[in-house]
Amino acid sequence: MTDNDPCVIEAEGLRRGYSGGFEAVRGISFTVARGEIFALLGTNGAGKTSTVEVLEGLARPSSGRVRVLGHDPYAERALVRPRTGVMLQEGGFPADLTVGETLRMWAGCTTGARPAAEVLEQVGLTARAAIRVKQLSGGERRRLDLALALLGSPEVLFLDEPTTGMDAEGRRDTWRLVRSLRDAGTTVLLTTHYLEEAEELADRLAILHGGEIVAAGTPAEVTAAQPARIRFRLPEGVSPAALPLGLRAAADGPAVEIRTNRLQESLTELLRWAEESAVRLDGLDARSASLEEAFLEIAARTPEGVR
Amino acid sequence: MSIAYGRLAALGRAELTLLARNKNNLFIALLMPVAMISVLRSSLSGIGPGDLPMGAGAATMIGGTGMVLILVVYMALVSAFTARREELVLKRLRTGEATDLEILAGGSLPAVVLALLQVLLLTAGGAIVLGLGAPEQPLLLVAGLVVAVVLLVPAAALTTAITRNVESAGITTLPFFLLSAIGSGMMLPTDVLPDRVADVCELLPLSGAMQLIRAGWTGGTGAGELLGAALTALAWIVITVFAVRRWFRWEPRR
Repeated sequence: MTDNDPCVIEAEGLRRGYSGGFEAVRGISFTVARGEIFALLGTNGAGKTSTVEVLEGLARPSSGRVRVLGHDPYAERALVRPRTGVMLQEGGFPADLTVGETLRMWAGCTTGARPAAEVLEQVGLTARAAIRVKQLSGGERRRLDLALALLGSPEVLFLDEPTTGMDAEGRRDTWRLVRSLRDAGTTVLLTTHYLEEAEELADRLAILHGGEIVAAGTPAEVTAAQPARIRFRLPEGVSPAALPLGLRAAADGPAVEIRTNRLQESLTELLRWAEESAVRLDGLDARSASLEEAFLEIAARTPEGVR
Repeated sequence: MSIAYGRLAALGRAELTLLARNKNNLFIALLMPVAMISVLRSSLSGIGPGDLPMGAGAATMIGGTGMVLILVVYMALVSAFTARREELVLKRLRTGEATDLEILAGGSLPAVVLALLQVLLLTAGGAIVLGLGAPEQPLLLVAGLVVAVVLLVPAAALTTAITRNVESAGITTLPFFLLSAIGSGMMLPTDVLPDRVADVCELLPLSGAMQLIRAGWTGGTGAGELLGAALTALAWIVITVFAVRRWFRWEPRR
């Protein structure tokens, strides 16, 4: 692969098992293109961090192949590290160093490090430079962690749950920053269990569940693959059995739910039937699937072989 | 593997700042050696010259040097490495450009420098306060110090593999401390032990380095004996480094 190759991160048949026999990642494949934000979305224990650690070069996969910028991130770390920035799920900083001292240490270990003041400004920690790490809030630690990841102007950024512990404002600041990095050409792989974050940020995403990718594509594609939903209540004396059969309605007492991949057609059919039968549908609500619904739907499944 | 000295310096500087801010570690690194050396001095003074041909002064210098090394390098580093591992600092550092060797070497830099400074101070103190004069063969003494450091740093790293947290470092460092203090000729010269026991003690991890240090102070050690000491030390260094590569943990157990 050359530096102009559009594909910056590649995972092929990636598996990662732990010594106890537990297999956290069960054969996943995906690619991330240059200048793209790719989100790995999943519940806790879905295998997100296990996957990212392999891409970061912290661990070897038990089988399969990963490439970052065309190199094996574990065996060829000296080639890959100067071009990547990493934010772990939990920042590892000595509690007794100040923010400024932590940045200085990291800068000393980073080729072409930018000035600390510039990076602090970028993540909004300028006023906290003289504060010890142990006195920072959870959100501030995430900002410091992001500052370290950005210090070497990386081409590829790995962000493992970057906004966990941040307040709403911090989260929006971070999103804005990540977007501006992407616009400047940085490739970003992030994990999150916040749907909103994936929806806001990701150009493409993969939903991980039980160590497998169960859905992938743009947020719109993933959402579109999920059925839309129509809900209403039937008046007393009207049985759900009277509904057109083609609607495949599920009734719970008078409350009815219809799941459909053809929302417009199903809704037309329902409304025509209601008109013709002179039935009033109370609380009528029709909506396309959101990413949240897609996600909850997937998360509720028990993957094969996982108990 | 080449070492980037800029990275070593950056890591060493951070670790020095942390050492200066941690009262427990400062106590182990600065006051414990003084206390141990005073105890050593008073207990050695009780041994008659017939049992201690080199004299109580020289024996104090040799034992004191060993004490400084084991307290300031070995024991302090076990708790420092463990603390960094539990804080996830080691894992975080491994995501950056620093190599594994640089992370461990950089982190041990302040302890090693501090120990060597204390040995220098001790040697100067011996010359002035006890009127001992300079070591007979300073180069052998330096060689002994280098060998001891190169063994003690990986030994400290290896000990963290059985150390769950900083608090338990006091216990996990004890076996190696006692073994070295008693068996490698710090608390008492191995000459006073029965021959059989002394022979076995010569093979202990720190014994080779201590023999070189002793030879540096007293002079008059044969080449064969020196070679044996160097080989013993080298063997232990190889074993320890191998064990570190095999068992060292970079992040806490989950």
